[in-house]
Amino acid sequence: MAVVFQKTKGLTDTPFHYCPGCTHGIVHRLVAETMEELGVLDKAIGVAPVGCAVFAYEYFNCDMQEAAHGRAPAVATGIKRVHPDKIVFTYQGDGDLAAIGTAETVHAAARGENITVIFINNAIYGMTGGQMAPTSLIGQETLTTPYGRKPETNGYPIKMCEMLSTLEGAAYIERVSVYDVKHVLNAKKAIKNAFKAQINKKGFSMIEVLSSCPTNWGMSPNEALKWTKDKMEQYYPLGVYKNTLEEEK
Amino acid sequence: MAKVLMKGNEALAEAAIQAGCRHYFGYPITPQNEVTAYMAKRMPEVGGVFLQAESEVSAINMVYGAGGAGARVLITSSSPGISLMQEGISYIAGAEVPCVIANIMRGGPGLGGIQPSQSDYFQATKGGGHGDYKLIVLAPSTIQEMAELVQQAFHIADKYRNPVMILGDGMLGQMMEPVDFDILKKEENKIEEKPWATTGMGTRNKRNIINSLELDPQILEKHNIEIFKKYQKAAREEVRYEMTNCEEAEIILVAYGTIARVAKNVIEIAKRENIKVGLIRPISLWPFPEEPFKKTKDHVKAYLTIEMSMGQMVEDVKLAVNGQKEVHFYGRVGGMVPEPMAILEEIKKIRGKK
Ligand SMILES: Cc1ncc(C[n+]2csc(CCOP(=O)(O)OP(=O)(O)O)c2C)c(N)n1
Ligand code: SF4
Repeated sequence: MAVVFQKTKGLTDTPFHYCPGCTHGIVHRLVAETMEELGVLDKAIGVAPVGCAVFAYEYFNCDMQEAAHGRAPAVATGIKRVHPDKIVFTYQGDGDLAAIGTAETVHAAARGENITVIFINNAIYGMTGGQMAPTSLIGQETLTTPYGRKPETNGYPIKMCEMLSTLEGAAYIERVSVYDVKHVLNAKKAIKNAFKAQINKKGFSMIEVLSSCPTNWGMSPNEALKWTKDKMEQYYPLGVYKNTLEEEK
Repeated sequence: MAKVLMKGNEALAEAAIQAGCRHYFGYPITPQNEVTAYMAKRMPEVGGVFLQAESEVSAINMVYGAGGAGARVLITSSSPGISLMQEGISYIAGAEVPCVIANIMRGGPGLGGIQPSQSDYFQATKGGGHGDYKLIVLAPSTIQEMAELVQQAFHIADKYRNPVMILGDGMLGQMMEPVDFDILKKEENKIEEKPWATTGMGTRNKRNIINSLELDPQILEKHNIEIFKKYQKAAREEVRYEMTNCEEAEIILVAYGTIARVAKNVIEIAKRENIKVGLIRPISLWPFPEEPFKKTKDHVKAYLTIEMSMGQMVEDVKLAVNGQKEVHFYGRVGGMVPEPMAILEEIKKIRGKK
């Protein structure tokens, strides 16, 4: 019998702990498949964040280090400077990357650190139970914005792709989503480009994935996907924000 | 190489390079800026990496990454910078990653000043970051010793897979003395294989994970107990101290680092007045040496601890003496250095007491 589909070698057999309908799992698979297809699993070193993906080190089938909240780009920098020819990536949520770890993110990009960052933007702190994230939308209700996020008191959501693409050191920056098959396939392509940018030693690459958190948004998985599409995409337009890979062609 | 005249900070940097350290991550802060400058110049010459991070928080996490990836790695800072690194230090200890951290102390708390101080003793020896862990803390008192201890520190860090701290102060960092790098123990510079490091799996069939997270309380307790066994081993094997003139001393001074040099002067001045003064100089601050106190407690009248702090090491001295003899304290802070005559006055006061 011909095998038409099988689990990627990029993931271990450890079952995911993610909530039903959470898109963290999809993104894990895309990252893992990408590394398998590019043939870099044996030389990949990943950095897991603090947040719902804290156990990423259990899932990716490669060497892994677990970082403190927000510090993954600094940890990845240390690893990459020791092993410049290995493939180093981080996997981080919005609380991790755009709040406590903003400095680490901005400066890794500014240095053109040759690493790949997978950024899960679910507009909320998932793991700690649904507090406001720097990416929470205006009006969004969370545990710490029970009356909705108000710019007067909570400020405005941060657009990381837009911000980082202004930096010289950034080589590949794209925002994608995973709410339907078409977008999942596109996300895969983006992630592959980001890893290719690193393989070609172009500098810092980041893929922002608009992701769902049905549990803390208080929605069914389907409603959550719809909210990602209707609400998040409005504020966070999908697309390639920086691409030095193409400049070569 | 013959003796070279060097600043303490430079000797620290050069000793690290000679110990096989090829990765340095730092952030400028006085009085240790010579280290960053030296590393920026020297590392490219030896094929190493110098990186100025955007903050101490970032720098220590680079150290965590690099140490986890198998490199001998150094980080240096001074008091406020070391405070910022505490998060990373706790993670590094929890994940059992070796590295060497040097604190060239200045006055505090807060922004404090830039003059020498010893007021981070508690932070260095009692924790500083969260959780049950220990740093092995070594305190040089000369620049030659600085170089030697830095080299030993790399060896000890690898041996225990634990951060080792060199605790110096601004005076030691800034002053110049001749250093002989040839007499350093070369066998300690041999870097052993690190099969646990994240180097990419290659042909290895098991993944390497560097991690400090454990949600199962039973397993976390086991991990805590395991690392404490390591610390117990260090407490047996890594005790270092020096005793000067202790055999017949009636008063024994206790001091570490640069202040121990002042104390040695006091011994000489006191001799002229027929007062027998000795010195116990802890070199390892953790593990704290208890033997010299056991050896001296029978014939000594009292101990006098001298520090550039409001009294921190004096607590460990009291624990070591365990109530069997008087323990006194004299300290100056804010960047002030205790003066020999002031210490002699203290000694006379103690002798005068019934
Ligand atoms: C220094 C520190 N502060 C706070 C926390 C608590 N904490 C754990 S996860 C988290 C939020 C994570 O949110 P995000 O990065 O958006 O990831 P998500 O869980 O949504 O995937 C916080 C605040 C921590 N672990 N460490
Ligand atoms: S809390 Fe949200 S982000 Fe976390 S696993 Fe559940 S659905 Fe996913």
